Amino acid sequence: MDQLLYASEVVVNGLMTGVMYALVALGFVLIYKASGVFNYAQGVLALFAALTLIGIQQGQVPFAHLISAVTGMHLDSFGWTVPSLLAILLTALVMVGLAILIEALVLKHLVGQEPIILFMATIGLAYFLEGLGDLMWGASVKSLDVGLPQGLSETVETMTDSLFGYGFFIDRLDIWATVIAAVLVASLVAFSQYTKQGRAMRAVADDHQAALSVGISLRFIWVMVWSIAGFVALVAGIMWGTKSGVQFSLSLIALKALPVLMLGGFTSIPGAIVGGLIIGVGEKLFEFYIGPMVGGATENWFAYVLALLFLVFRPQGLFGERIIERV
Amino acid sequence: MMPQTQQAATGAEPYITPDGRKIGGVLMDLRNITLRFGGVTAIKDISFDIREGEIRAIIGPNGAGKSSMMNVMSGFYVPQEGEVWFRGERRPQMRPYKVARLGLARTFQNIALFDGMSVLDNIMTGRLTMVKSSLLEQALWWGRAEAEENRHREQVEKIIDFLEIQNIRKTPVGRLPYGLKKRVELARALAAEPKLLMLDEPMAGMNVEEKEDMSRFILDVNDEFGTTIALIEHDMGVVMDLSDRVVVMDYGRKIGDGTPDEVRNNQEVIDAYLGVAHD
Repeated sequence: MDQLLYASEVVVNGLMTGVMYALVALGFVLIYKASGVFNYAQGVLALFAALTLIGIQQGQVPFAHLISAVTGMHLDSFGWTVPSLLAILLTALVMVGLAILIEALVLKHLVGQEPIILFMATIGLAYFLEGLGDLMWGASVKSLDVGLPQGLSETVETMTDSLFGYGFFIDRLDIWATVIAAVLVASLVAFSQYTKQGRAMRAVADDHQAALSVGISLRFIWVMVWSIAGFVALVAGIMWGTKSGVQFSLSLIALKALPVLMLGGFTSIPGAIVGGLIIGVGEKLFEFYIGPMVGGATENWFAYVLALLFLVFRPQGLFGERIIERV
Repeated sequence: MMPQTQQAATGAEPYITPDGRKIGGVLMDLRNITLRFGGVTAIKDISFDIREGEIRAIIGPNGAGKSSMMNVMSGFYVPQEGEVWFRGERRPQMRPYKVARLGLARTFQNIALFDGMSVLDNIMTGRLTMVKSSLLEQALWWGRAEAEENRHREQVEKIIDFLEIQNIRKTPVGRLPYGLKKRVELARALAAEPKLLMLDEPMAGMNVEEKEDMSRFILDVNDEFGTTIALIEHDMGVVMDLSDRVVVMDYGRKIGDGTPDEVRNNQEVIDAYLGVAHD
């Protein structure tokens, strides 16, 4: 009985971790759906968003090092702090600006190129953004606090304690992440299924010429998609940054999104969620049951092995579009 | 009857065709269009007009520059010289999606459909730019959104019935055979309620039966909706039965322009099609 209770606690925690993975995977799916491009820069986008958010919040002067190196002036801080909500809003605007720049400086010049070329461009973009983030906001490790509650949720503990005689340990941040992710996903699905901009986005993903011929502006759609991906990156950056601090390694969460995408399919928003949940629960349960037998630390590789198995038996993922070839 | 048609076709006065359709004033006027790709001149100083309500064909052998001409008309190519006039105004240089919003719908020689979407969704995209309700209303299915969606849906269903593709409404377009894809593309263009419908080789690669079907649809569209149609074809036989007036192109030049009968008897046209020995 105790074993079962432990296991269910593991499952619940796994689900919450899964939500965090799904948050990252979502950004990939959005851009892949709209342009058929695997956006290597998505993880760095989350890092950049988190850095910008902290910078704005704390009233940091952007490019402070550069300014002092060039002019000799030492401007570290404007001397004010910005309330979290306003700072998030401003960061979202910065991400929209970034999307406009990416479209104008990179994508516009690559219209009609093979997806692999665009993929290479996103690799370049990733390194550029990483450097830009350092240059703008400094390379030190920072902590992010936008007022999201953290730590043991006592409500859940006392509730489960009185129900099962065993208190579940659940981080309040994880609960919030779940709620926020649910709202985000619901609005993204509603947007892409029911609005004209969302439908235009799907059209652009499918065929550029056809999209133009029905009056859709490719450039507008691209800016829009990258803005949304930037916003999703911001949400992921807030969640992961609050959890484990903002530093370069934040951009590596992108690697955790890969197996999620292979499981869920690159083109499906629900797929990203379900894939994230399966991997979150799977790796926690595997670690709980099998981990002790093989010396632990299975969480590092379990997701990738699961993804490999999927690649063999269902390459399009759980929810991906069937690959139809007419010969 | 012949002289009368001939005279009406060249003048700007509205007239009634022998089969009772009304042909109005000039809808699109192409003036001295020249299009070059590097050193190659694809279109050489071509002028012609398209009148409201007519079916206007552009024909010519392969490589004559027909598709380039249609790309100029739809804004996909920008000519080096010449002017495009539409509804009495000179059309400034604009991107293809803006041209589409002016009321010019087109199909493509190599079919450009959204393969991942169903037939119905494909056709609905033709009406995307007409959607008026706000983003929030659409996302929440609230306010004007529902009534508007239903209205668009009704129009699209009419077109589906008209083109007799009811039984494939929900089929993903990627799975359809070639002939049906062509028909879906026509449906999507029609959904936009275009002022000018441009068809790039609507019958290319079709068998006789499919060609007959497509000819019938083109005539019916023109007849029932009064849609002005410009179409490209290299099969002369089909075109002659369909169109009110024909432009003939060869090596980027215009070598004939007039009613099918006039064009058929034009020596230069005959030479271009049959080939002629140059000595």
